[in-house]
Amino acid sequence: MKAIDDIHKTGVTEISRRVFLKKTATIGAGFTLALSLPSPVLAQSAGESFLDRQDDPVSNAFVRIGSDNSVTIIIKHAELGQGTFTGLATIVAEEMDADWSQVVAEAAPANKALYSNNFLGMQLTGGSTAIANSYTQMREAGASARHMLVSAAAKEWQVPASEISVSKGRLSHGSGRSISFGDMAEAAATEDVPQKITLKDPKNFTLIGSELLPRKDLGKTDGSAIFTQDLKLPGMLTALVAHPPRFGATVRTFSDQKAKALKGVVNVLQIPNGIAVIADTFWNAKKGRDALEVDWDLSAAMSDDSDDQMRRYRELAKEPGVSAIVHGDLKVGFKAAVQIIEAEYEYPYLAHATMEPMNCVVQISETGVELWYGCQGHTLDQGGVAAALKIAPDKIKINSLFAGGSFGRRANIHSDYVIEAVLIAQANKSDVPIKLVWTREDDTKSGYFRPMYLHKLKAGIDSNGKIVAWEHRIVGQSVAANSAFAAFIENGVDGTSVEGATLLPYKMPNFAVNLHTVESQVPVLWWRSVGSTHTAHSVETFMDQLAAAAGQDPLAFRFAHLGDDDRYKAVLELVADKSGWGESQSEGRIKGIAVHKSFGTYVAQVVDLSVAESGEYRVEKVVCAVDCGLAINPDVIRSQMEGGIAYGLSPALMSEITIKGGVVIESNFDRYQVVRMKDMPEVEVHIMSSPAPPSGVGEPGTPVIAPAVANAIFSATGKPKISLPIGRKV
Amino acid sequence: MQLTLRVNGIARKIDEDDDTPLLWVLRDTIEMTGTKYGCGIAQCGACTVHLNGAAVRSCVIPISQVGDREITTIEGLATPEGMAIKAAWDDLSVVQCGYCQSGQIMSATALLSVNAAPNDDDIDGAMSGNICRCGTYGRIRAAVKQAAQSMTAKDV
Repeated sequence: MKAIDDIHKTGVTEISRRVFLKKTATIGAGFTLALSLPSPVLAQSAGESFLDRQDDPVSNAFVRIGSDNSVTIIIKHAELGQGTFTGLATIVAEEMDADWSQVVAEAAPANKALYSNNFLGMQLTGGSTAIANSYTQMREAGASARHMLVSAAAKEWQVPASEISVSKGRLSHGSGRSISFGDMAEAAATEDVPQKITLKDPKNFTLIGSELLPRKDLGKTDGSAIFTQDLKLPGMLTALVAHPPRFGATVRTFSDQKAKALKGVVNVLQIPNGIAVIADTFWNAKKGRDALEVDWDLSAAMSDDSDDQMRRYRELAKEPGVSAIVHGDLKVGFKAAVQIIEAEYEYPYLAHATMEPMNCVVQISETGVELWYGCQGHTLDQGGVAAALKIAPDKIKINSLFAGGSFGRRANIHSDYVIEAVLIAQANKSDVPIKLVWTREDDTKSGYFRPMYLHKLKAGIDSNGKIVAWEHRIVGQSVAANSAFAAFIENGVDGTSVEGATLLPYKMPNFAVNLHTVESQVPVLWWRSVGSTHTAHSVETFMDQLAAAAGQDPLAFRFAHLGDDDRYKAVLELVADKSGWGESQSEGRIKGIAVHKSFGTYVAQVVDLSVAESGEYRVEKVVCAVDCGLAINPDVIRSQMEGGIAYGLSPALMSEITIKGGVVIESNFDRYQVVRMKDMPEVEVHIMSSPAPPSGVGEPGTPVIAPAVANAIFSATGKPKISLPIGRKV
Repeated sequence: MQLTLRVNGIARKIDEDDDTPLLWVLRDTIEMTGTKYGCGIAQCGACTVHLNGAAVRSCVIPISQVGDREITTIEGLATPEGMAIKAAWDDLSVVQCGYCQSGQIMSATALLSVNAAPNDDDIDGAMSGNICRCGTYGRIRAAVKQAAQSMTAKDV
């Protein structure tokens, strides 16, 4: 993702087009300071189709002030648990000088014109970009609302606007007059939208950087929050789908006789991806699905093992592949080396395994197609559904609900489960809402895995203990291929396959990264931190192997090779200081370190490992240093580092998807193992104080933990742990 | 089969197949959706409710086996332990996506009601059946301890 240098600007600024500030003609229908507009869904007046409003840039945007003094901030990014309701609301509320207690966060509907990700050009949550792409936009939205409130008060009180101060949702004048945002909103809505506004000097921030802001994604501790799984609509039915047992299989014939005889089963339908059973409840739909008799055509289905695939990867890695980056001359480098070290690393397929399995509610009626779900890729899904139904994207209304985790899964390049739901509703030829529910087994076995990868590394060290040559070969599927993201592929290299391997913190005179992109029937997708899920591990564990070969401390070896970017050095120094790196270790405890930058954020972690005589080990503690530029919500940053570490620890220790004879072996949490309470280390997070523009935190905590653990194990045993998952013993 | 379930103190007449898991009767029949579906095989704990105060996985308990035991769900959780747990959850901003948290809170409350001062091993034992993919385990551990302390403080 490109960094935008002027994103951290302060002072007077031209309002960017991206704020979509236009004065609205009608109070109550406008976006900026409209009154008590309950939600874009409920705001439709009688007889008006929601479809008429979709591309109207004044119908809603980012701020709405209610006469009840609520300040509703429209969040264009999906709340997946990462805290974006809180983060984006903080930025708007800061520039408005709203009181945090009056702030309400609300999910934006699908509307590319209004709610695009400014880095990606479509409405999409991903790449840890939510704060980074919209920091200036949200500031401008808040400052504009504040400006209009101040102008209205100045008029009403007949005083210069410059004499009006704003604090905690109240406008005040030295004369003693004071009024709430809510009471000023109606008058403010008639004010001209400012063409120029003044953004705050960051030193005057009171909400940004505050430790005292409760989250704004509410209802999650009393069962009242509504996820897709929980949505009830009048007449709604539940659909389960019998999916192909192997990737590439199709339905030859099926019998629905037994299923249709069961209580509650309303309809059985063939769709492109299997047989859908529609019933009144989940359980009746499941019993109906269990009673189906399907004869699958396996002639085009995947039939080999993931192990077979890995063997082919190993063969491929014997050849260089396509060049992703090269500088210097490897031949010269290796000639100068006194030691040459080689390693191969294998990474399995991984499922995202969100707690809420994939699901989607669809209603197709005369007024259009309406969906309700934890939507992450609004524009992708609108396009995908439009193509599937052969209608215009703007005829598809998406209502975004809380998602029970995503980790990349819900931003699907092919809108897989969303289109499945839509095709069921279409085939059902009725306007009753259909809730497609995937079971855990459906979710685990249906793919869109983090691709399987093989890495082969070879490096030379000279007589001074410096790396003089570094050759890195990567073999695996491309997540961008055959999708709207094929633009990520340049000169045959999918940037997401090699990110984290091509731009290292370390200076090396002779350096090359090569890629073999392979085809497979296994559907693949980005997975929290994307390329860094594997590149951070191979690079950082290989660094420890080289350090050992050079007889150097891993941290000192890294410092000796660091390039010009001082932010790496700073997080390494901080984590070393806070973890007591280099100090005498307590008995039975071994440390490991790793550093990695992803999505513009620098993270260094030190693991404290204990190893039992049996060889079983436990990650006892993780100290984490993070530099994500300006820290908007320190507690959200900490929670994302904690969660990112937990998420990365699962594939480090235990998670893997294996395929035998074309069948995904793992189907539920009994075999697809993930970190539980007993496995979770204590985590201590330290946030760098930084004036740099804010960058993301959703993903960058994840990739660093696996190499840190592997390096601690290497330090304990002297044997490099080559592949993931490491398993329960060293 | 027709039967009566006592849910959060209210008698509910149910007419569903006797193999229907309690989870789906709560969610689809009674329409209380705070209790979540996560795995269906008692591996993840998202469906945890209390039967006579003890934490159970409602996804594997057929309604025919509930009998006259008192069912408590997240919506009806109002014991002092439950209130202390929920307050600690909010105070420490435990929640991320939140999907597993009903189950986490039910398991934690059941632990606190039989163990007023759980140590780390107790927490590992009682909470390792509840998966959180967002990785809120550290905060859950801290919140259980904080809730226990707040209960003890009230007793004094």
